[in-house]
Amino acid sequence: MIGLSHYLILAAILFTISVVGIFLNRKNIIILLMSIELMLLAVNINFIAFSYYLNDIAGQIFVFFILTIAAAESAIGLAIIVLIFRNTRSINVDDLNRLSG
Amino acid sequence: MIEFKDFVFYALSFVLVASGLSVITSRNPVTAALSLVLAFFNAAGIWLLLQAEFLAIVLVLVYVGAVMVLFLFVVMMLDINLDKLREGFWDYLPMAGFIGLLMMVEMVLVFKTKEFNLSPVDDSLKSISNTEVIGNTLYSTYVLPFELASVVLLIAIVSAIALTLRDRKDSKKINSSDQINIKRQDRVRLVAMKSEEKYVKSKTKDRK
Repeated sequence: MIGLSHYLILAAILFTISVVGIFLNRKNIIILLMSIELMLLAVNINFIAFSYYLNDIAGQIFVFFILTIAAAESAIGLAIIVLIFRNTRSINVDDLNRLSG
Repeated sequence: MIEFKDFVFYALSFVLVASGLSVITSRNPVTAALSLVLAFFNAAGIWLLLQAEFLAIVLVLVYVGAVMVLFLFVVMMLDINLDKLREGFWDYLPMAGFIGLLMMVEMVLVFKTKEFNLSPVDDSLKSISNTEVIGNTLYSTYVLPFELASVVLLIAIVSAIALTLRDRKDSKKINSSDQINIKRQDRVRLVAMKSEEKYVKSKTKDRK
């Protein structure tokens, strides 16, 4: 029988994969954005699993808002990537040192 | 005895984890984006198992339909040097693998405790549709956050357009505020001068 912990462990595996993805692809901004999307997906799986097992609809409402914000975030992120590419002809993170931080 | 639902769960989660691994390891960003589409699709299946039908369909429509197409657009539009971006991939692997393994083991240890070993509550919501329950809650308890979310989306639209909009150098567009603010004396100049006889004469001759 599938219990709550199965879903939580699945989400944990997915979250870990995306954290490792951020480490591995730290030069490529697009893959970094995709890893963040994967991370949000793992969090959403947690929310929905708790919502089902605790019989509380609030978890699904929160997933709704997270989806909204994530869509807005990726739209703005991709616009910024296009802008960066137009100015530097590259999306390598190492080339983005103009602020000299 | 393995139930059919359990089998579906394991199949979906296997494909989900495999496509997630493919996202972070693929050489080509287009492959990564398509793997992410597969991951979202399988996640929608898992949400269906958890009886979140509305959100599963929203995930497929909004994410697979809109956001990932946007990703593919951008990935295919940019002409990027893939080898340069892969530099240091294997150098970071031991460190990343160690941290990832540590994180996963810790989380699994927490989730294996008996506080998380819940069985599903006998749900009273089963007679009402999931969409109806979400709608009722969203438009009553969470109506203010819902409106704020619409403002956030509006800001996202405006900022995405404002960031990527650029003027063409060769376009012959008119600056309308300059046009409105122009004064008569900037354009029209009255010059006092004598009329020239010869010119007037020839003009009248032409007319005849």
